[in-house]
Amino acid sequence: MQTEPSKSINYIKDLCTQFNAIHIDPLERKWIAISLMIVGLFVGIITIDALFHGINPPSKVETIDSASLHLSEEFAEDNLGVQVDDKGAITIRMVAGRYSFFPKHIDVPAETPLTFRWVSMDVLHGVHIPMTNMSTMIVPGYVAEITTTFPKPGDYPLLCNEYCGLGHNHMWSNISVIAKEDWHAPTKSQVKGEQQ
Amino acid sequence: MNDAAEKKLALSHFWVAFAAFILACFMGEYQVLERSGFIPALDSAPVYFASVSTHGVLMAFVLTTFFIMGFGYTVAAASLKQPVWNKPLAWLGFWVALVGVVLAAIPLLAGKASVLYTFYPPIVAHAAFYIGATLLVVGSWAWCAIMLMTFNQWKKTNPGQAVPLAMFATAMNALLWLWTSAGVALEVLFQLIPFSLGWIDTIDPGLARTLFAWTLHPIVYFWLIPAYTAFYVFVPKQAGGFLFSDEMARIAFIVLAVFALPIGFHHLYMDPEQAQGWKLLHGIGTFVVALPTLVTGFTVIASLEIAGRLRGGKGLFGWILTLPWDNTMVLSVILSLLMLIFGGFGGIVNASYAMNAMIHNTAWVPGHFHLIFGGTTIIMYFAIAYYLWPILAGKPLFSKPMALTQLWLWFIGMVILTTPWHILGLLGQPRRISSVVYNNLLTLAWKPYELAMIFGGLVLLGSACLFIYNLVKTQLNPVSEDFAETIEFAGTHHAPAPMPEYLNSLGLWNKVIAVLMAISFGFPILQFFFMKTFGSSAWGY
Repeated sequence: MQTEPSKSINYIKDLCTQFNAIHIDPLERKWIAISLMIVGLFVGIITIDALFHGINPPSKVETIDSASLHLSEEFAEDNLGVQVDDKGAITIRMVAGRYSFFPKHIDVPAETPLTFRWVSMDVLHGVHIPMTNMSTMIVPGYVAEITTTFPKPGDYPLLCNEYCGLGHNHMWSNISVIAKEDWHAPTKSQVKGEQQ
Repeated sequence: MNDAAEKKLALSHFWVAFAAFILACFMGEYQVLERSGFIPALDSAPVYFASVSTHGVLMAFVLTTFFIMGFGYTVAAASLKQPVWNKPLAWLGFWVALVGVVLAAIPLLAGKASVLYTFYPPIVAHAAFYIGATLLVVGSWAWCAIMLMTFNQWKKTNPGQAVPLAMFATAMNALLWLWTSAGVALEVLFQLIPFSLGWIDTIDPGLARTLFAWTLHPIVYFWLIPAYTAFYVFVPKQAGGFLFSDEMARIAFIVLAVFALPIGFHHLYMDPEQAQGWKLLHGIGTFVVALPTLVTGFTVIASLEIAGRLRGGKGLFGWILTLPWDNTMVLSVILSLLMLIFGGFGGIVNASYAMNAMIHNTAWVPGHFHLIFGGTTIIMYFAIAYYLWPILAGKPLFSKPMALTQLWLWFIGMVILTTPWHILGLLGQPRRISSVVYNNLLTLAWKPYELAMIFGGLVLLGSACLFIYNLVKTQLNPVSEDFAETIEFAGTHHAPAPMPEYLNSLGLWNKVIAVLMAISFGFPILQFFFMKTFGSSAWGY
């Protein structure tokens, strides 16, 4: 039992002596140190942002049967679009299918956290809204969830950015970002309906 | 040593590589023209996507694989001064790969495989496309076996001696390619071929994308390593100096090969089927693999500085002017490094875990890889071709001034093509669209950049034609008896100390790769068998 660890320690020691034996120019040593610092800086910023500020790409590993979205509670036709829950959180459910995003047009408030839930009803798609960081792949079989805030009101296009067939360039729809004070929750919003 | 057989082998590979290249260049120019919409008669999505798929397959798979195989045979014979192991197997590999290319080309050109070179299930292509692509890879595995066997044979007959750097890098690339191609091979053999033949009804696109991501990053280093090899073993000699450090070169190749593999998820940052912890892990690895490139930049520039000063260059930057700018290898390395600086900057943006959201799948991405692959890498393929062709064919190069003009044109064309392409991405243009039909004012801002790209593509096409013309004319030259150039490898600046074993063999690094791959891909692949997933049925396009 005892020979195993000492064997591997010797092996590592041997590697270290071998490593120290090679010739590295002092100038080169300096450059390697600078390179390590540059890389360390980038990795540091990214890791701190990810771990402490929660800045991560959409990565919710959640599966769904893309062939029967119409039978699912969540992505049935009536439930698509903007919904506000009783705590005021806004969720937007969208279906991507050749060649459009459904619903074709939605209104959302500016300067408000919005959670998009995207699913595909056929093949691979991707969506981004130019000049914003709303971007995600939409892989059939999975729900892509992304939370973001739009700072500036305006009309934006939603563009499909992944090859999905010969009509790929025709796949787009619109989103209107409305000043926070002018925006009203859609009347068919379920929770709101119950309250009235 | 009579290496006529190796020379014929290498030239045959190079001809296939560059025939694919010139065909794909014409397609590239057609694509920028079609996409711009300036010529309405060209407007056709089916033709466009057949062309894009073929262009990608020819450039990324055929040009690279055949070039790398031919380069490997040349390097092995010239640096080890011994015949390449098992030449019948080498020829078998060549023919299997070539049959694969033809088999894949038929559905591609017929518009029956417009799935792009990245496959994108659950869209399916004709089965012949996947089978052809598999044969190309199987043919390249014969090359890997030959390179590794030749490497080991030489080590046995020359115990205790350092394997020449050129061969060390080439054998490392063979090992890298075996690991790299395993991911896509699993996807094609267990998912795409059975799916396209109708043997299975559904496949999981999440698993397919994960397996493809396994291959998608290290394949870039498979393409790049011959360029880096030329940086280290040809450039210093051609510039009239020495290689700054042989050991650091080996360390750079090792870190490249080891860390190129476990980092593929930076292609999946925006995907829903992998969790953020794995993406972050791969993201950090992506920055680690920038280190050998930073070291390479230093070593190559230091080697050039030694040459420039030996040629009488003075002052902080004076040595740059005394470099032999009229040497095709030296000019190429300078232009290659310039493109690497800009391409590397773009690459850091792509690699940045969160910032990637700004440019993911926009026109920025093809702009980036055309600059770093079409620019940095391919310009070194040209330099290698100009250097090796006369030696392999036994005839002097047809025209050196034409070669120098061609290299400048390639650089200028690449800058004109890829700068607007990056800007289009920042302006929100998605990649892979066959025309712009969005009813939105934003698209007006895109027009001038699309116009510039047509011009850039035209310059590149002209350059590519000059390149092929020069090679054909060289080949058609009569065999010259007094032409006796041989391949010269650069000497090193420092007297080589006894080479430590870990810088002279691949066994240890193979084990390190196995451990890293198990850590970074083990759970992310296994999760698809543990969780409840829903397959997708097949779709046309």
